[in-house]
Amino acid sequence: MIPAGWPLIVSAILFTIGIVGVLVRRNAIVIFMSVELMLNAANLAFVSFASALHSIDGQIYVFFVMAVAAAEVAVGLAIIVNLFRLRESVFVDEINLLKG
Amino acid sequence: MIPILFAGFSALLLLSALMVVLHRNPVTSALFLVVAFCALAGIYIVMKAEFIGMVQVIVYAGAIMVLFVFVIMYLNLSHDLERGATIVLRRMIGWIAGAIVLLQAVLVMAGRWALGPISQVVPPPGGNTQVLGQVLYTRFLFPFEITSLILLVAMVGAIVLSKGKTGRGASPKATLESMRRQLPPGVTLTPPPGGQE
Repeated sequence: MIPAGWPLIVSAILFTIGIVGVLVRRNAIVIFMSVELMLNAANLAFVSFASALHSIDGQIYVFFVMAVAAAEVAVGLAIIVNLFRLRESVFVDEINLLKG
Repeated sequence: MIPILFAGFSALLLLSALMVVLHRNPVTSALFLVVAFCALAGIYIVMKAEFIGMVQVIVYAGAIMVLFVFVIMYLNLSHDLERGATIVLRRMIGWIAGAIVLLQAVLVMAGRWALGPISQVVPPPGGNTQVLGQVLYTRFLFPFEITSLILLVAMVGAIVLSKGKTGRGASPKATLESMRRQLPPGVTLTPPPGGQE
């Protein structure tokens, strides 16, 4: 049996990799992939706590997180496609419409 | 055996996640993300959450990644060209912020925290899919229905957003023009009397 702390450490490292990806990369699609990594880190934390507490509720929440992630990816990629049509670029530092 | 499997899947997950972040080509990043999701599904199965593992493969490695790869193909993205001083500065800030977050996570993990009352529930022989379904359709029925609403809203939103304003078939007039172009020679399309184009 796996100790309860191990998956949490993997989850923390995965979340950190996601944060670094969001901050370092400038391609909007890769930033989206890093957000997916962070969502998956949260899912791993849910599953590890559900496993540690012998409860099924954590896995139910993972199910909901997956549904929300699917919805978010569909809408977000549609926004990126629209942005590419508008500016011919998906690099986030070239999209400065809100810059004063 | 199970700790070895867990360690192997974890190493694969973290390495491929790093490659997602570090690789310049977005297509390669997407393919490494597929590997990461499959490794995470393996971790779920090792942790006796079989249903979640299967859903992970189907939803993430299947549906979501196909969407990502399609969008990358549609946008015809080249390599990520990164140069200049601001890029270096921002990359440094990113790594420092990541290190701070990791440090915080390590401090939280190192502290003593209570897991709460642990009830010794014996896992049922049919795996956890049956239990999950029973809980999902009784206690969590209302959130489950809300989830279907979220998916409907996302579907409508994605269609409306990606249709665009300048594309073919956007306005009724453009639709009529494209229909006229497709007609065989000699046939004309006239608006009904009294109607307006």
